[in-house]
Formats: sequence, structure tokens, C-alpha cells
Amino acid sequence: MAHAYTPGLKVLHETKVQKERQLPMKGDVLAEINAQVTPSDVVASTHIPGNVRMVNVANSLNVEAGDVPGYMTEEIGAEVKEGDMLAETGGLFGFFKSSVNSPVAGTVESVSSVTGQVVIREAPIPVEVDAYIRGIVTEVMPEEGVIIETDAAFVQGIFGIGGERRGILDVLEGDRESVVNVDSFSTDHAGKVLIGGAHLTLEGYRRAQKLGVAAIVVGGYNYSDLKAILGYTLGVAITGSESLTTTLILTEGFGSVPMARRTYNLLISHIGASVSVNGTTQIRAGVMRPEIIIPLDVTELTGEHGEIDTSTGIDEGSLVRVIREPFFGQLAKVLALPSALDAMQSEARVRVARVELPDGTVYTVPRANLELVETD
Amino acid sequence: MGENRELKSILATDCGSTTTKAILIEKQDGEYRLVVRGEAPTTVEAPFEDVTKGVLNAVMEVEELCGRKILDGEDIISPQNGQEGVDLYVSTSSAGGGLQMMVSGVVKAMTGESAERAALGAGSIVMDVLASNDGRLPHQKISRIRQLRPDMILLSGGVDGGTVSHVAELAEIINAAKPRPRFGKEYKLPVIYAGNNKAREAVRDTLEETTDLSMVENIRPVLELENLKPSRDKIHDLFMEHVMAQAPGYRKLMSWTDAPIMPTPGAVGYLIEMIAQKEDITAMGVDIGGATTDIFSVFQGVFNRTVSANLGMSYSICNVLAEATLSNILRWVPFGINEEDLTNRIANKMIRPTTIPQSLEDLKIEQAIAREALRLSFIQHKSFAVSLKGIQIERTISDAFEQVGTGGTLVDMMALDLLIGSGGVLSHAPRRNQAARMMIDAFLPEGITQLAVDSIFMMPQLGVLAKIQQDEIKKNAQEAALHVFDKDCLIRLGTCIAPVGKVKKRRPLLTATFTLNDGSLHEHQLMLGEMIRIEVPFEEVEAVLQPEKGIDVGAGSGERITAKIYGGAVGIVLDGRGRPLALPEDDSERMKMLKKWSAALEEYPE
Repeated sequence: MAHAYTPGLKVLHETKVQKERQLPMKGDVLAEINAQVTPSDVVASTHIPGNVRMVNVANSLNVEAGDVPGYMTEEIGAEVKEGDMLAETGGLFGFFKSSVNSPVAGTVESVSSVTGQVVIREAPIPVEVDAYIRGIVTEVMPEEGVIIETDAAFVQGIFGIGGERRGILDVLEGDRESVVNVDSFSTDHAGKVLIGGAHLTLEGYRRAQKLGVAAIVVGGYNYSDLKAILGYTLGVAITGSESLTTTLILTEGFGSVPMARRTYNLLISHIGASVSVNGTTQIRAGVMRPEIIIPLDVTELTGEHGEIDTSTGIDEGSLVRVIREPFFGQLAKVLALPSALDAMQSEARVRVARVELPDGTVYTVPRANLELVETD
Repeated sequence: MGENRELKSILATDCGSTTTKAILIEKQDGEYRLVVRGEAPTTVEAPFEDVTKGVLNAVMEVEELCGRKILDGEDIISPQNGQEGVDLYVSTSSAGGGLQMMVSGVVKAMTGESAERAALGAGSIVMDVLASNDGRLPHQKISRIRQLRPDMILLSGGVDGGTVSHVAELAEIINAAKPRPRFGKEYKLPVIYAGNNKAREAVRDTLEETTDLSMVENIRPVLELENLKPSRDKIHDLFMEHVMAQAPGYRKLMSWTDAPIMPTPGAVGYLIEMIAQKEDITAMGVDIGGATTDIFSVFQGVFNRTVSANLGMSYSICNVLAEATLSNILRWVPFGINEEDLTNRIANKMIRPTTIPQSLEDLKIEQAIAREALRLSFIQHKSFAVSLKGIQIERTISDAFEQVGTGGTLVDMMALDLLIGSGGVLSHAPRRNQAARMMIDAFLPEGITQLAVDSIFMMPQLGVLAKIQQDEIKKNAQEAALHVFDKDCLIRLGTCIAPVGKVKKRRPLLTATFTLNDGSLHEHQLMLGEMIRIEVPFEEVEAVLQPEKGIDVGAGSGERITAKIYGGAVGIVLDGRGRPLALPEDDSERMKMLKKWSAALEEYPE
């Protein structure tokens, strides 16, 4: 095997981005094919079945479960309001009646003569899906959703927290190696997607959150500070559903790691653009990485789409990023991919690559610790 | 076809969530042996979405390595014809996240626990246990079912003739949730009912229309008896018919195999259970993966399996950090390190799970984390592998002073004969001595325990082979599984001898005399706090162990033992550190001890 393959993160100046916008269950698609949509347009909507409440009528009326159907004052399928009577006993000569009222508004779904339980289903919950990105509807999946396509600059991060956000792209003071702290933010940053340098401090994030910053894209952040934002220790990298007002995207990893030059330069070349970002990360089978999508205007298009053939993986001459100590975060060029296994300092015998760091030094690194940098 | 059809060659694959592994077994000189092993990335996910592509790639690697034609296009040539094809093809699978189940019972500690044992034993991940007494309100249980979207539900509850209404209520909850399976939008969720036989009608009335309901014998017909087999077998059937059949490419794969596809952990469990039974030993197996750690054990003839869903070495490594705490990980690290730097390193492994330690320092940190992941998984296993709860025990006057309640753990480390480790961090440790140390530190075996690793994780394939039911091949397939397990699967590390009991500091614990095959005699005195390694290859060794007064090495306090033990890749390890293991509080003292033990076992390069 002459090459290795570790899928890398995409940093593309121009590419076709497709987004599937799908309902959690069948419903109505509101956008038509070829329609131009903006990020906030609702493209599909539906109602998911409401919550269920179980009412133990037999216990409340002090009757046998088998007798409950006979005491019901509402039939299966009937709509009830909160406090409406569901069942009532006959009492003694019309006196001393006991009754059970519905704890919620909903529909009587079932009455059990085995357990004496009555199931009330609350009103359906409306769900709407917006377009998320500016683009054109290229496919309509009837009752399910749409696919939206756009020409865009596209950057993937390695890890993020917080879901989909939109805003105008802006850069924080400093460069790709700067530390972003509490003084880096101002009121002008409210609602924006901000590009930072090597590291964001916890205090910095808190300030940004207070100011209503939509998202921050930065090289690194301390893992131990995540708990302070999330309120719990993150055990597995499955994120996106946090209720955070400020999405955080790391381009390099945990710690302090300068943002890769190409990523930084690409992002700052689009300052002022309206962008869509998503911090959702899932590192499992079917990996999902956070993303920054910068839709391009027709005038900005060069037609040279950065579709890179990554199927051959890392080859001699490939640009790679070292993704583990001791050279963590450094970009390097692959000089050779020897076929024989080589022993590391740890004595592990592994497939290796000879790489050249930007300062000209040459090192041997396990291939598993290299990531292909996909740029155009 | 006649009985005992000859099997000259067997192909077996295991479709894992990231890698598909294929092995080729051949009968050579009357004995089944592993010939080669090939692997390829699993292709369940996009863009391939067809598991058979990965299987074909792995088989192609086997073809290349052994120079033998097995495939004809996309068909496996069968039976063997000259030097082409194989006589049997079997497979296991944990791709697509494996089998994910919810189970339910009336009382959480009784039928709920039995249902969980049945599901785990069948190789499933148990996402949640619903019980009438679990403290949650019905609507909370309903939203939990909806949120988790299990592949299958095992509903149990009540002894035969016992409560009907509680079981019916659980059925109503499942019905109200209208659960949708993960795969295949159109098909109904499989529900297995294994509870009170008197509640069958009520359950049928409630669930027959909305779910794919099947009924098996009660999992707990009386309190004193657990009847797991019918439920486990049904789970395997439904796994094949429903869950797997919906996953991409599995229908095709099922048409290729000569026996039903089993969930990977189910196959491993079956193999360990069979070995323990056949050899009449107590055995424990551990598989530490990237996301989960599975532990299998057979104590007192009872099989148990636990899955620690979020204790693994890559995807869930930060959860190990969260659950074990940083100080517990750091106690195994023999050098000082900045805590923030360490947590960032661990978190970076989580987001880039395929990386490997390049530096010796990194390797030591990774092995420190592995000790804690194994230790925590083992704690979970001990609390789950228990005797039945809620049963009556006949007591005599002799029990008056020491009454042990029901539900005590079955795990007895002094009784453990064989501990098998597998999974990257154990199987691929640069030195076998490191694997042995990690297992000893995490499990703290007592008395005499043989250690081994499954170097290339072949146990799933051998398990499915051992479970073949077809009469005409059953005997040969089992024989093949046993031969290969014995000769090729395990790397015998050797034996750990760990005396337990209380002595004063710096006193000897034990005098051990070993007679090797060549007749040479080795005598050692083991002091408190000391570790000794004796290099002995895998061969039978006669050991005479004389513990000091108050010290037990298996026969009782101060009692001498004569036993046949085995050497191996590591040899014989005498562990005098005592149980439970207490590391010095003082950092420099602790590091000194760690270095001393590592040096005794030649764990790391100087």
C-alpha cells in the first residue's frame, strides 16, 4: 500500500454545498423546486404527536379496572380540556359521586380494562425546518423535506458546541496565533460570526455570550473549561443540541493551537459576508464535523470548484497536518511513505511517513497521526 | 447430506463498526488452524451503504495473502473445489452500532434485571431498563422510548400466575410511545414478551396491532429460577430477521452465510461460556474498544456479560476521565505532568480517535487511562453479575453470625482461573508485559490466575462457528472453533500469583518454588509491596506455594498449595502488592513505586 488515508478537514475556496433539510417525520414541504431561499425561510413543517399522560382512573375512583370503561364520561377519540371530567361513579342514590378530571388538554386515546388507566394525548407539537443557508432548492422530497444547493466557500472545524447560527463574518483583533480573551470583544460584535486566533479563554467566551455573539471560530479551547459552558463534563463528542446562544467552533483541537494559515486566510478574505455555521459534532461511525458555509455571489465565482480527489489518500507530496503530540497542530509535507513498519519511541511498530515541517526539519510520524489537508 | 460433513476450510468474517475482519481456517494434518487474516474498512455507511463491499474487500485480502481463490466475482465459491473456495462461511456483526435494545420488567431489581441479563447475554446494548418501580412517571417513560428509538424491546414482568396489571401497564406505555425503529421507516418494532404467562392475553390485546409481537417462555417463571435462553434465542432470531435485514446490504450477506449472523458480543460470550463449560474453569474476558468495554464472565457456572457503553479508549475516552477523575488516572502516571495539558491531550484523542501514541510518555498516559477504563467497567460488572434477588434462602444456625443477603456478586477473584484481554490497547501494546500489568492493576486477580490476550480479536468468528446448529456440520464446526481458539487465538501471557491477607510492612508473604520442564528449580520469596517476574515460556510448571500465616493464595490462610501453572510470553508474575491495591499518597513515593514495579516487569525501555 503506497498511500494512507485519514480523511481530513475541508478548507475550500469554492465548492458546491448541498444541505438536506428534512422533517423528523412526514409533513408538508413548503418550498418549490428551483426556488431561491434565504436562511430564515421555512421550507417544511409538520406536527409531531403530542406528549402522553396516563391517568389511573381505577385508583382515583376506587373501582375495579374492569369497570372503568363503564364509568367513562368521555369516549375514546373525544377531545378534552384541562379539568374536563373523564369518568364518574354513580354514587349512592345520586350522592357521594367520585370523578376524575383530565390533567391536561388533549384527546382520549385509550381506556384499559386491565390496568384501569386512561391515556390522554396532548395536542400535536408544531415543527418547522428553515433553509439554514442561502441557495436554490434543487430537490423536493415529498412530505419529507428539500435539498438546497449553493456555491460557497466551505470550512470544517474539528469540534464544536451549539447548533445552527447565522451572522455577518468578522475578525477579532490580532492574528491566527493570538489568544482571544475578554478584551477582544465589543458591542459591535453582537449577532456576528467571529474569527479568532489560537485560543479562546473561558472569560472571553462568557463575554461574547453576554454580547450576543452568534458564533466564534477559533483554533483551540481548554477541555477543562468546556464544563463551565455546558454545565456538565462532556464524555463523548456528540454535540449540537446544547441550548447555547453562542456557537463555538474549534478548527484545530483542544489547547492552544494557532489556526491553520489556510483556514484563517480563507475566512478573513470573506469578512462582511453573511454566513451560516453549525457547531454540531458527532465523532462516531458516520462522523459529523462543525462547518462554516459562506455562500458566494455570482460575481465571486471562478468556476474552479475545489473538488479534490481524496480517494487516493495521503501520498508523497501531500499536505498534511500532524494531529498528535509531539508535533501536534503543525502542517507538513509528506516526503516519503516507506512500506516497512517502523518502531516509534513508544516501541509500537507502525506504518510511518517521513514529513517535512515548515522550518525544514524532517521527522518520522505514524501515518495514523496525520490528517490530509483538503484545500483547493 | 450425511452426518458430519467434512469441513476442509472455513471462512469467517466479523463486520465491526469500523473494520471488517476475515479469517481463513483450514484443516491441516487432522487439526484446524488459522491460515491468514485480512481486513478492510466496513462499508455500512455512506457512500457505500452496503456491508458486503467491505466483506468482499476483506476476503480479497485473504485471497492475496494465502494465494487461494475464494471469490468468483461477488460469490463465495462453496464448497471447496480443489484449491478454490471454502466449505463454510459464517459471520458476526456489530456494524451500525450493533443491536440496541430497551428492556422492561415489573420490579427493576428482579424481572428488570433478568431481562437486562438476557439482552446483554444475547449481545445487545441495553439503552434503558423500564420498570414499574423505577420512579419515573408514565409520560417520562413514554418520552424516553421515543427519544431512544431502540431496535427491539424485551418486555418481561411477573412470575407465572403473578401480577397482570403491572405488566399490562408496561405494555400500554410501549403502545402509547408508538416506537419507531432506527432502520426501515415502514416496519413495526419487534417486541418480545417474556413475562407472566397469565398476562399474555392482555399484552397481546395491547401490542399486537402496533408492534411485531412475539412471545416466549417467562424469563422468571418463579422467583428462584431465571430462564434466559428462550429470550436470548428469540433476540438472535429477530436480530437476523428484522434489525439486520433492514441495515444496508445485510439481506445479501445473509444469503451468503451458511449459519445465522450473530451480534459480535453474543458470539464472544457464547465462546467464553463454552470454553468455561468444556474445561470446567471460571473464566473472564474483557474487550476494551474505542467506545465501549465489554466484560464476559462465567462464575459458578453462570454466564454474565456487561457493556460499559461509555468507557472506551477513543470516542468515549473523556468519559473515562469524567468518571474515573483526573487524580485516579494520574496515580498510574510515573512522571509529573501539567493537568490542563493532560486533559487537553485526552480530549484531542476523543476528537481524533484513530491516532496512536508516538512518544513513550504518551503511551504511558494511554495505558494509565486504560487501567481506569478497565477498573470502572469491572466495578459495573461485579455489581451486575449477582445471584438472583428476592429469593428465599434456607438458613441454618451456622448462618446466624454471618448472613449474606440475596443478590451478592458472583465474581470471586480468588476463584478465577483464566482472564482474557482483547481490544487495541491490550492486544497491540508494544510489549506483552504492559498488557499483563494493565490487566493485573485493573482486575486485581487473587491467588493463581492465568492471563491471555486475543491478539487479533478472533473470538467473534470462533463464537459463531461454535454455535452452528446444523446437525451435519455442528461437530466439525465446534471442533474447528476449539482447535483454533486453543492454538491460534490466544497469546498466553503466563500466570499471576497474588497472595492476599494482612501482614506487617516489609514482611515476606510467600515462598514459591517452581519446577520447569527442563527440571530446573526456581525459588523466590515475595515481600510485601514487591512484584517479581520469572521468565518462563508457555509450558507446564509445577508450583509449590507456601504462604505465611494470615496469607491466602487459594487454599486458605497459611495453607500450602501445589499446582500446575503455565508460563507464557510474560512468564510468571508474583504480585505482592496486596488487595485492595493502595498506592502511596505522596507523589514522589508513588512514582518511585510505579517505576520499581515497571522495572521488575520490564514494561518499558530504559
